[in-house]
Amino acid sequence: MLKRLADPEFFEALTAVNADRDEPPLRPVYGTRDPLAGLVADDAPAAPRTSHHRLLKYLRREVLPTTFCVGCGGGTVLNAFAHAVDEMRIDPKGIVCVTGIGCSSWIPSPYFLCDTLHTTHGRAIAFATGVKVMRPDMKVIIIAGDGDLAGIGGNHLIHAARRNLDLTVFLVNNFIYGMTGGQVSPTTPFGAKTTTTPYKNVEHPFKIADIVAAAGGSYVARWTTYHVFQLMESMQNAIDKKGFSFVEIISQCPVSFGKMTGMGDPVVQLKDLRDRSIHIDDAKGLTEDELEHRFVVGKLVERKRAEFGDGLQELIANRRESLSEELDGGLRQDTSALETGR
Amino acid sequence: MNRPAENRQFTDLYLARLAGQEHFIQGDEAAALGAVFAGCNFFGGYPITPASEVAEVMARELPSVGGYYVQFEDELASISAVIGAAWAGARSMTATSGPGFSLMQENIGYACMTETPCVIVDVQRSGPSTGQATLPAQGDVMQARWGTHGDHEIIALAPSSAQECADLMIRCFDLAEEYRTPVIFLMDGEIGHLRERVVLPQPDTIERAVRRKAAVGEPVFGGETVPPMLEFGDGGNVHVTGSTHLEDGLRDVQTAEVHDRLVRRLVAKIERARNEIAQVDVDVEDDASVAVLAYGATARPAKGAVLRARAEGHRVGFIRPVTIWPFSIDEIQRACSNLKRLLVPEMNLGQLVREVERHVDCEVVPLSKIGGVVHTSSEILSAITEADKGC
Repeated sequence: MLKRLADPEFFEALTAVNADRDEPPLRPVYGTRDPLAGLVADDAPAAPRTSHHRLLKYLRREVLPTTFCVGCGGGTVLNAFAHAVDEMRIDPKGIVCVTGIGCSSWIPSPYFLCDTLHTTHGRAIAFATGVKVMRPDMKVIIIAGDGDLAGIGGNHLIHAARRNLDLTVFLVNNFIYGMTGGQVSPTTPFGAKTTTTPYKNVEHPFKIADIVAAAGGSYVARWTTYHVFQLMESMQNAIDKKGFSFVEIISQCPVSFGKMTGMGDPVVQLKDLRDRSIHIDDAKGLTEDELEHRFVVGKLVERKRAEFGDGLQELIANRRESLSEELDGGLRQDTSALETGR
Repeated sequence: MNRPAENRQFTDLYLARLAGQEHFIQGDEAAALGAVFAGCNFFGGYPITPASEVAEVMARELPSVGGYYVQFEDELASISAVIGAAWAGARSMTATSGPGFSLMQENIGYACMTETPCVIVDVQRSGPSTGQATLPAQGDVMQARWGTHGDHEIIALAPSSAQECADLMIRCFDLAEEYRTPVIFLMDGEIGHLRERVVLPQPDTIERAVRRKAAVGEPVFGGETVPPMLEFGDGGNVHVTGSTHLEDGLRDVQTAEVHDRLVRRLVAKIERARNEIAQVDVDVEDDASVAVLAYGATARPAKGAVLRARAEGHRVGFIRPVTIWPFSIDEIQRACSNLKRLLVPEMNLGQLVREVERHVDCEVVPLSKIGGVVHTSSEILSAITEADKGC
C-alpha cells in the first residue's frame, strides 16, 4: 500500500512533463453537438486536445469538453475513475453509474460512457439499490457530492452501509453546495464563510467517511484530489470489494467554496489539501484536538460482512427449495422434471 | 448467472397452486397477489397503515416466485429503488398511503419524465397530515393527478372490491409497460382492509404486456408516442435523467423547443390513448333523469342505493369510473347526455366532482363525506330521492 503521501513537488514535475510533449494541436471532438458552436471565433486558440487520449474511449465524446469550472476537482476524479476502470480491465458495459444532483454528479453523467442513471437530489444510493438487487452481475457505482450524499441523502447513505449491498460510492466532498452558488453544506468547516453563512459557519461538519465506517461499510477510505495515485488505487479496491464500499474524495472548489473563504486559487486549495492531510497510520496516537483541522487519509476500514445481495439470493433459493418439498406429489414430480432438465 | 428469478416454469407451478386455492382475503392482500401474478419481481416499500399488508404479502410471496422484497428506510428510498429496479429489468412496485405517497411525489415525476414503467399503490387514508391513520378516505385523487410538479399525465385506477384489487393490479402492470409510465393504484383504506372471496387467475390465462425493447443505438426517449426501452446491461450506454433531455437521453436544459417537444409528447402519449386506457362501468337507461357517479369504496353503497331507488320506482343510473386518470370524458359525457342531475358521493370535500363538472352538462351535486366513515346506501338513497323530485 502507498503509505507515503504524494511528492509535494508533484505539480511542478507534472508541469515539466507536459512541457516536453510535442503533439500537434487538435480541435476536440464534439460529435454532432458542439457546445461551443457559434461561440468560438475562427481565430480563437485551439481548444485542449481531447481526441488522442487513450482514456477517451471511456467518455461520451459528444458532450466534451466538460462544464466543470476552471480548477475544479471533478476532472481529476473523472480521470482517476477512468484510470481505475482501465487498469482493472472492466468492460464499461458492465458498469452502471448512478448520480444525484450537484456538480459532482456530473463527473460520470454525462461524461463517462456507460449505462447512467442521473437521479433526483439525494436519492442516488436508493436508486442504485434497486439496480444492484436486480443486476448483481453489474458494477453499480455512485458518484455524487457532499450535499447530495451527506446532506439530503444522508439517511440513504448510512442505511446502505448498514444493509451492505455491493455498491461502490465515491463521495466528492468539496465542502460546499457548488451548483447552487456556494451555500453551506453538512461538511463545511466550522467557522467558514459561505453565501448562507456570510458571518461564519457555527455548525460542526460531518466527518462523513467516519460515519460510513461506523454504520457498517465494508471498505471505507478517504483521499483527496491531490493524492491522485492513491485515489486511483483506492477506487480499484473499492470497486473490487464485495459489500458496501465508500471513498470520500476531498476536492477543491475554487469558485463556489473559494469565493467566500479566500481560497479562490485551485493551486492554493490543492496545496492546502496536501498540507492538511495526514495518513491514518501517522494519525494514530494523536488527539482529537491535534487532528481538528487535518484530513485523515488512507483506508479507514476494511471488513468482511455478509453481503445483502447474496443474502437475498440465498433466501430465495432456500424458499424455493422448501417450496418444492411442500408442493403436492404431482407438482413435485413436475418440479423435479424441470430441475433435471436444467 | 442462473438466478432463481429466471425459473419461470417453477413460478407458474406455484401460481397455479395459488390459483387453485380458495382465498378469503383483504383488498391489500389481493392487490399484492395480483402483482405477483402480473409478474412483479421487485417490491421496495416502507410500512404504513393501511397499506402494510401489501408489503407483508409481497415479503412472503416474492421469494417464492424468485422476486426481491426490500424494505427501505423511507418512502423516498422505496420509490427510488423501484425506478432503479425497473431500469435494471424489473416489473417493480411499491405500496404506501397518503403521507408516504406525498413523500414519493418528486420521484413519481422522475418516473414520468424518464418514462419508467412501475406501479405505485396508494391505499388512501384520512388526511391531511397524519389525520385519521386507520380510517379510509378518497383524499388523494388530486394528489395522484397533480402531486408532482410540472406538466404531466398520469394513469390511476380505483378498485371497488378485493377481487378487483387483484384483477386491476394486473392491468396496472400492463398499462405501465404499454405506456412506459408510472401507474397509480388508487385504493382506499376501506377496500384495502375489506375481506372478500377472491379468485386468482390461472397463470397460463394471463396475457402480460411485454416490455418493448429498443435496438442498441435506437433512441429510447424519442418518437411520436411511446418509445421502446433499453435496460441497463443491454449494451446501449443508456443515459437516464430527470432533466430535460434529447431523444438519446442526453441533457439539453436550455432549448425551449426541446423541452416543449419532450413534455408535449409525454402528455400526448397518454392523452391520445385516453379512451383505450379509460375504463368505466355505465348502467344508465335512456329514460333516467338522475344518476350516481362513484368510485372505490363509495361505489358499493352507491350501487346499493341505486338498486333500492329503482325498486322504489325511480329511474336512476349508475356510473363507476374504474380508471380515475385519465378521466373517461367521452363515455361519461355520453352517459350523462340525457340526465338532469348527477350525484357524486366522495370521501373527500369534492375532488373528482370538479373534473365531472368540467365535462358534463347536467347539474352536478357533490355528496361529500369525511371523517373516515363510508357513505351508507340510505344516505345516498335519500339524496337520490331528493334529486329526483321535479325531474
